Amino acid sequence: MSGYTEGIIILLCINGIAAMGVSLLTGFTGIFSLGHAAYMALGAYTTAILTVQHEVHWLPAILLGGLLAVAVAFFIGVPTLKLMGDYYAIASIGLGEAIRLILENWQSVTRGARGYPGIDPYTTLPVVAAFFLVLAIFMFNLINSRFGRACKACRDDHVASSLLGFNTARVRVLSLMISAFYCGVAGALLGGFLSFIQPIMFDMLKSTELTAVVVFGGLGSMSGSLLGTAVITLITELFRPISQYRMLIYGAVLVIIMVLRPEGIMGNREFISWVRAPFRRKAS
Amino acid sequence: MSPFFQLSGATKNFGGVRAVDNMSFGLEKGELVGLMGPNGAGKTTIFNLVTGVYGLDEGEISFKGEDLGRLKSHQITDRGIARTFQNLRLFQRSSALDNVMTAAQYRIPYTFIECITHLGSWRKKEKMIREKSMGLLERVGLADRADQAAGTLPYGFQRRLEIARALALDPELLLLDEPAAGMNAEEVSSLNVLIKDIHSDFGLTILVIEHHMDLVMEICPRIICMNFGAKIAEGTPWEIQNHPEVLKAYLGEEEDDE
Repeated sequence: MSGYTEGIIILLCINGIAAMGVSLLTGFTGIFSLGHAAYMALGAYTTAILTVQHEVHWLPAILLGGLLAVAVAFFIGVPTLKLMGDYYAIASIGLGEAIRLILENWQSVTRGARGYPGIDPYTTLPVVAAFFLVLAIFMFNLINSRFGRACKACRDDHVASSLLGFNTARVRVLSLMISAFYCGVAGALLGGFLSFIQPIMFDMLKSTELTAVVVFGGLGSMSGSLLGTAVITLITELFRPISQYRMLIYGAVLVIIMVLRPEGIMGNREFISWVRAPFRRKAS
Repeated sequence: MSPFFQLSGATKNFGGVRAVDNMSFGLEKGELVGLMGPNGAGKTTIFNLVTGVYGLDEGEISFKGEDLGRLKSHQITDRGIARTFQNLRLFQRSSALDNVMTAAQYRIPYTFIECITHLGSWRKKEKMIREKSMGLLERVGLADRADQAAGTLPYGFQRRLEIARALALDPELLLLDEPAAGMNAEEVSSLNVLIKDIHSDFGLTILVIEHHMDLVMEICPRIICMNFGAKIAEGTPWEIQNHPEVLKAYLGEEEDDE
């Protein structure tokens, strides 16, 4: 396999992990975020600093990066997610910008806007594939469990769900924390893949892309989010030669999809339900 | 001993409007009581107060000796009170079965680790949740519609689905908010049978809001009638039917012309 193909597969896995995280929050729990790049940044910088400066092994460093993202999500989530409505979306814009500015200005630790070079290239194809597989299995299991039903219930009707015994604030905060973990790990893996990270990589544009991919794939469909990520990642790669027009094409693709299929590629269905449908027994 | 359920001196204002005004009543365990009154009398507000959707301005609500005043909705569900909604609050896009399973899982919990790994008791518990839910769907006559999206069910079936969903929480007190709204006469009479059956089979205490006189009159041995947020009468269907205040509330006051 050529290095180029390998790179694309690695990028697909990384973006897929981040997309699953955002999909749980936006597609399944109904909370929009415009700052999820911040969690990626937290994961990426934590892992970079731990591996380069403190010589921690990359595996625990990646997990610690994810956990730091979880901790930040908890502190942002508790005050904002108790309220219904779009408070979290607004707070997440602030979080995204705040984290980016801290990374740019806390020079002694993060080396500022010029970026953080010299990260070990620990993100090899087997490593990233293993992370992707394990996290995907956990995520698909999660949405097919009591927690998945709880998220969907809170998304669809929070009054009814609290009367069905769900602590809706708790479900929403938990969903955000899991989502932050996925993005943190994705960020950490991205750092190891590029060997270099920069605050500008985790700006508002990245956050918007994360949410756009999930909407594009279909809100409430995990496989749709993965498909959406694959399409967007590949389109971006395909048009790399005319890179100055990349954002233009990316925008056009989003507009076309939203016009032709406003519910996203997959709607709220999972790929597996199409595969299974012809074989399903008639309900007795 | 404290009564099974007691509302005492409950008052709720919305701005300048007093929706519930010093309302008191009690329920004995196993009773089937009707709460009736004209539109806007405050019946649904009472349900919202009991289930913690709104906080009380004044008064107390106690259930099995515990004060519900400070509890949140999900804690009240935990104590054994379940309800249906006048304006139907089903999860429209989910199947009928998923709607009931979402409620049934409350009493059949498993850990987060089991959620993400599907190991341990996941399979067994999910099976229990599914079987319990199917049983309840069968009970309300919706077993053959289990896979249909809730929002596409006929109106009468959606009401039955809400009852099944509430029953999945294993409540001791069930609050039904206008279960017959929008139903034709035939559907109302089969609903009557259903409510009476679940009342006796599940050993439930039921408080049912209805302004269809015939429904409450037929199934409830005791009826509370309210108007403008306050109780105006309480008694057997016969007493209620002949109560001057009730007649006035429903039919208007006779004016003495010269």
